[in-house]
Amino acid sequence: MARDLSKATFWGYRRDNGRVGVRNHVIILPLDDISNAAAEAVANNIKGTLALPHPYGRLQFGADLDLHFRTLIGTGCNPNVAAVVVIGIEEGWTQKVVEGIAKTGKPVAGFGIELHGDLDTIQRASRAAKEFVQAAGELRREERPLKDLWVSTKCGESDTTSGCGANPTVGNAFDKLYPHGVTLCFGETTELTGGEHLVAARCKNDAVRKKFQFMFDRYQEVLDRHRTDNLMDSQPTKGNIAGGLTTIEEKALGNIQKIGRKCMVDGVLDKAEEPSGPGLWFMDSSSAAAEMVTLCAAAGFAVHFFPTGQGNVIGNPILPVIKLCANPRTVRTMAEHIDVDVSGLLRKEMTPDQAGDAALECMLRTANGRLTAAEALGHREFVLTRLYESA
Amino acid sequence: MIHFVVHEEGDGVGVVVVEGVKAGQELVGWIMDDDKDVEVQAKSDIPIGHKVALKDYKPGDTVIKYGVDIGKVVAPIRQGEHLHVHNVKTKRW
Repeated sequence: MARDLSKATFWGYRRDNGRVGVRNHVIILPLDDISNAAAEAVANNIKGTLALPHPYGRLQFGADLDLHFRTLIGTGCNPNVAAVVVIGIEEGWTQKVVEGIAKTGKPVAGFGIELHGDLDTIQRASRAAKEFVQAAGELRREERPLKDLWVSTKCGESDTTSGCGANPTVGNAFDKLYPHGVTLCFGETTELTGGEHLVAARCKNDAVRKKFQFMFDRYQEVLDRHRTDNLMDSQPTKGNIAGGLTTIEEKALGNIQKIGRKCMVDGVLDKAEEPSGPGLWFMDSSSAAAEMVTLCAAAGFAVHFFPTGQGNVIGNPILPVIKLCANPRTVRTMAEHIDVDVSGLLRKEMTPDQAGDAALECMLRTANGRLTAAEALGHREFVLTRLYESA
Repeated sequence: MIHFVVHEEGDGVGVVVVEGVKAGQELVGWIMDDDKDVEVQAKSDIPIGHKVALKDYKPGDTVIKYGVDIGKVVAPIRQGEHLHVHNVKTKRW
């Protein structure tokens, strides 16, 4: 019998803005590449904090710069984050990120390196980080209804077992979460190619469908502008092909299994954009695992379902990534990476409903504090999406 | 014992879900959506996760999986043979 979710709850951290997190991270967030050293030094000084180094943030402009700010601010705003120290080379852009995060009401402080140097900045930022991490330790989890949980999904190193095992398992879980007012998200724009008509047919109304088609066509234009072949080495990836996937169409149809059979697409988001209400959202995004999961974290999602076939090992610094796998060889050879083994589906030893319930059970345990395999193994891939070259 | 799965009735391919399938082996498949069994003899060694053709194909034919077009045949394929990038290509891009 399928799991009854009508009274399901989880234990999370309620933030001042009403959002509920399942982790309580104090992050040290560099604005730009040259502030990574100071950020990492602060995280080394103050135990229990987490630096999020990345290679960007200089001379970006236009939509690409907007996305940079949206991703950094969104990351700081994510309810899995208790407090934030922002470090940038100069004050202006640093304060812009601080002000964006401060709107949530959570503690945030910014430090510019210019006129101070790394050492003085590290000392001042470390003092703030120490206060934040001590205060965060006093926050307590409280019991919250399921609808307060935001759940995203993206698959990776897919193979044919993804489409008949792990992805439909997430779809089954999404179909069960949807009626309870949970906020859900999927994306991977180019990886819908060959099945985009199926997603369009699932859009709630014409306005949503039109926006989805706009995002899909916009990404296809990027491919057409830059591609030098039929993407035979990129989409599907070498790993996908080794796993038995032959064409992008086949990969896309497997991918789409993640959105189940019942839930409708209620809205469309740009990259790292926060949803405005419950339901299933499509987010325009890269299909590269770390980029897409980073965008989900920046959009505010608190738990992530990541089905894999060949064994993608990705994690994220602030968003717990739950791995599901139906490939018996991967489950055997890469066991330490897999949170939910659904290989029984392909031996007829498990029904789709049982697999979906196993995914939901793991999701609730993860939300309540159990570390995912990726968290325990230290996977903290924080990868910002770029739209084009810097100035 | 299931050697391969088929998403739905009418699909022209099955996905091998066990390791070590050899040419000549009699394979049992499970059509998931319809919960029916189907049998085919393997004519190639087929790795786990790779596809077995459930019918004969000629160049220009369309391969159907999930009930949907997944690409075009570019080299002849016999029932039971390994169907992959050497004989099927995308129709997109």
